[in-house]
Amino acid sequence: MAVLMILLSTLNVFCGSLDIPMADVWRILCGNEVEGHPAWSVIILQGRIPQMLTALLTGMALGTCGLLLQTAFRNPLAGPSILGIDSGANLGVAIVLLLLGGTTSIAGLTLGGQFLIIIAAMAGALSIMALLMVLSKLLRSQVMLLITGVIISYVTGSIIQLLNYSATEQGVFNFVMWGMGNFASVGIERLPIFCILTCTGLLLALLLIKPLDALLLGDRYAENLGIRIGRVRQMLLLVTGLLTSTTTAFCGPISFIGLAVPHLARLALGTSYHSTLMPATMLIGANLSLLCNLLSTLPRDGSIIPISVITPIIGAPVVLHVILKQNTTKL
Amino acid sequence: MSHELVLQHLSVGYDDKIVLSDISQTLEAGQMVCMLGSNGAGKSTILRTLAGFQPALSGKVMIGGRDLTSLSVSERSKTVSVVLTERVEVPYMKVADLALMGRAPYTGFFGKPAREDRIIAREAIEMVGIGSLAERTVDTLSDGERQKALLAKALAQRTPVILLDEPTAFLDFHAKVSILRLLRRLAHELNRIILLSTHDVEMAIQLSDGLWVVQDGEITAGTAAMLTKNGVLGHYLQAEGISYDEKERTLKIR
Repeated sequence: MAVLMILLSTLNVFCGSLDIPMADVWRILCGNEVEGHPAWSVIILQGRIPQMLTALLTGMALGTCGLLLQTAFRNPLAGPSILGIDSGANLGVAIVLLLLGGTTSIAGLTLGGQFLIIIAAMAGALSIMALLMVLSKLLRSQVMLLITGVIISYVTGSIIQLLNYSATEQGVFNFVMWGMGNFASVGIERLPIFCILTCTGLLLALLLIKPLDALLLGDRYAENLGIRIGRVRQMLLLVTGLLTSTTTAFCGPISFIGLAVPHLARLALGTSYHSTLMPATMLIGANLSLLCNLLSTLPRDGSIIPISVITPIIGAPVVLHVILKQNTTKL
Repeated sequence: MSHELVLQHLSVGYDDKIVLSDISQTLEAGQMVCMLGSNGAGKSTILRTLAGFQPALSGKVMIGGRDLTSLSVSERSKTVSVVLTERVEVPYMKVADLALMGRAPYTGFFGKPAREDRIIAREAIEMVGIGSLAERTVDTLSDGERQKALLAKALAQRTPVILLDEPTAFLDFHAKVSILRLLRRLAHELNRIILLSTHDVEMAIQLSDGLWVVQDGEITAGTAAMLTKNGVLGHYLQAEGISYDEKERTLKIR
């Protein structure tokens, strides 16, 4: 799996929407200029490499998020997009882009503006998570929680529509472009902050391995095994909020990766234990997301397919598989 | 593990509703005690309180001379273990893994079990008699086998007190007898306090070391013989079409 990740990462650097000969890519990576094509260096070093790292980290983050949510809610269909958490982040971003900003694209925003978007996305994601945590106490049925997530998405969607209605043309365009999902939007300047935020989230997630294992049995059993449920829930809230909002704010809403990846990891390893499942989820998430990024550059004419077009095509079959498997027992 | 479980003027319930008040009882180590009572009488509430899932409204629970509320979550996890009614459904989890979960209070930050933890978990699985199922996943077990696997988890936790909420519900007749006999044997052999709630009245009367009859906001404790003699069981079981044969200690249903 790790080998595959290295391979895909390399492919991500060597293949792009613009054809650059392999040998020249290598020359640029070794620090040399390719004569007659000074732009190529910029494309590789400031475009493809940050984009590859972004895709890798986003995949890790979203997969981990999905795993945390599935365990926390004891629901195999939980994920940042299905539960409406990323729609909360969307709303936060929409408010900033459509109401406050409106004239500049994300990439053109000042650092302050970037922070504003992240904070808005985080506030949106955390409030939806908090709402879900409260509701999950009241809603015993797994299906009800999912339906609640869908309803939340509708509500935030309609608020976003309303914001769109009153926003400037440029603001709407920016928001739509952002909504298509794009690993390139982080870029070299914002890569450090993106790395710091996602890696913090991922490290914090690793600290939750033991409580997550106990939570597999349910809250009561976990508490009886010496887990401080309240604190663990707060941590889960923080970590999933941080990971979802960071990736959503920078790359747009990327659906299905969070939901599908933990299932692929479980299927591959045949375990529910987080000590092995979480690293596997991170690796598979990174791989899947690198693959999506690679696929997005398929039209060789210099344009790219939006990420949000690709991920459902890969993710939906996995989700269907899970539903069909659940169907035989109970949902 | 010579411990006593002492309830001192304990009142249990919720903010707006007292379910049982002023209970004073003592359980000795090496006993299996069955709690009888209608649904809603307060059996689960008292088990939840003893497990520390909900606070007592007043009074105290002392285990081995220590106040339950003074224990940290971690200390409590080494004092009381539980088997609950909620279903445990974890994909790919094997019986051996479930038993190993009982070692969580003793493992380190990442929960990695030591060799000793594996040995203790393995012993627990053998003790409940499902050694041959150790590598089976929990979702392939029968209801009775799953209860035993959960019991193995509780045993691996090495607590002086084990609480079980209706462990015989949903089981077929043979599995019910099997699990109750097992619990009694474990209480005796391992010198644990085992307290469980059940609706299987006749089996409880025949197999338990002691009974708690929960009715009308009170708990009456005693052996089956004592509770038969003083009429408590007769009163509890009395209903249309049912009579309690005090000599045979069996139920007659017309």
